[in-house]
Amino acid sequence: MPEPRQPLIGLIDVGAGNVGSVGNALAHLGLPTRRVRAPDDLNGVDRIILPGVGAFGALMQRLREAALLPALQAAVLDARVPYLGICVGMQILVDVGLEFGAQPGLGWIGGSCGPLDQAAAAGLNVPHMGWNDVDERPGAAPEPLLRGLSPTGGARVFYFVHSFHVVPTDPADVAATCDYGGPVAAILRRGHIAGVQFHPEKSQTAGLSVLRAFATEGAL
Amino acid sequence: MQKRRLIPVVMLRNGVVVQSKGFRRYQPQGNPSTIVARLSNWQADELIYLDISRGGGYDLNRDDLNFENRGGLLEILEDVARQCFMPLTFGGGIRDERDVEQRLARGADKVALTSQPLADPGFITRCARRHGAQCVVVGLDVRQVPGEGRWRVYGEGGRADAGRDAVEWAREVVDRGAGELLVQSIDRDGAGTGYDLPLIRAISAAVTVPVIALGGVGDHQHFAEGLEAGASAVAAGNIFHYTENSVYHAACSLSAAGHPVRRPALVSLATEGDL
Repeated sequence: MPEPRQPLIGLIDVGAGNVGSVGNALAHLGLPTRRVRAPDDLNGVDRIILPGVGAFGALMQRLREAALLPALQAAVLDARVPYLGICVGMQILVDVGLEFGAQPGLGWIGGSCGPLDQAAAAGLNVPHMGWNDVDERPGAAPEPLLRGLSPTGGARVFYFVHSFHVVPTDPADVAATCDYGGPVAAILRRGHIAGVQFHPEKSQTAGLSVLRAFATEGAL
Repeated sequence: MQKRRLIPVVMLRNGVVVQSKGFRRYQPQGNPSTIVARLSNWQADELIYLDISRGGGYDLNRDDLNFENRGGLLEILEDVARQCFMPLTFGGGIRDERDVEQRLARGADKVALTSQPLADPGFITRCARRHGAQCVVVGLDVRQVPGEGRWRVYGEGGRADAGRDAVEWAREVVDRGAGELLVQSIDRDGAGTGYDLPLIRAISAAVTVPVIALGGVGDHQHFAEGLEAGASAVAAGNIFHYTENSVYHAACSLSAAGHPVRRPALVSLATEGDL
């Protein structure tokens, strides 16, 4: 039997702004990480994290230009490598993004990503920026990413910066929400595919707990 | 529920963290990285780093000093970002798009622009278009016009009267793409007598973006006054250097006054140890 080893995280690096911060957080947690800039870099990774800031269509375009779309499909959909999308890396999980015109997403989870109109209608500032409570959707299975954080006592509070939000076709794909002029999808979950709208790399101990939970969820 | 933000401001002068009074007197406080680690452990909501090193104008060795400073500054930023698991705003001495990009690339999440927009207001728009309004904080350093309910904007570290009215300038920078305003009263800097509340009230009422109040906090109760005057976030410098567990006490004080803040945590080393 080989020695148990720590999972190798493939951190997709197509020049999105927060890759460095996510890398700093993973390094702080002592998690082995490889920057993924080309399809071959995905060989042998046990987890995939796709950070993203900026526009939906721009991130898809960068993935396309790096020829990463087919490789990601193969790794996540065929080889079932656990995936965590952060912010725009979560938003592109759905079929279509409505930022700067309709843009195709990865389509791994049915749904669309549109502006935070509900917040604007409630007189709240957009972007939604700051710390907000995240609650599991009533009736949802316990979310593995939150397992280290007590559901009570204010432990599940994370830093958000976004102007668009995801509305999945099947509400069951929403694992957790925050409230900002109404419920906003904070965590998407379908099997081994997950996404977080907040920034775990900027959410101190709560965020580090989420990243560690992702790195260690399931057996290798 | 969305939380109110409590933001320590760290001022850096020629590589050393300093306490500032009236934009003129500076007391050294220590090493930039250790201070950040401490504030992160104390669960500050965000961090603003302002480089107030003085280069040009007064300094005979200005070129050498500037060069050394800037090189060193980006390295300091990298060190800081490595242990700052909260949003980090970096400001001071940002003159062009290259300065902005370098700071974002080294780990800043937002940049604070104060003097350059006064010389070139279009700078705000160019930065917002390229990086998104959420990462463009415009700083307003202001003094009250004696005896009047008006304030004037100053550039170059409070030394240059920009000839602009603070409320009008606040409206203009928001129109040009500022995502947040950092409103600092020079009169109150280091005074410890509380925020300039009429100033915070006037600017918060004039704009739709978040206003961060800065300048004057000498007591934890002053934070609640800032929020009640309309600020979205409350910032301070000196109190966080001089008081033990000051983030905790400030959060407790806000919570007791009925403001939604993150659960105050005494040093979070217990949870951090196993992360």
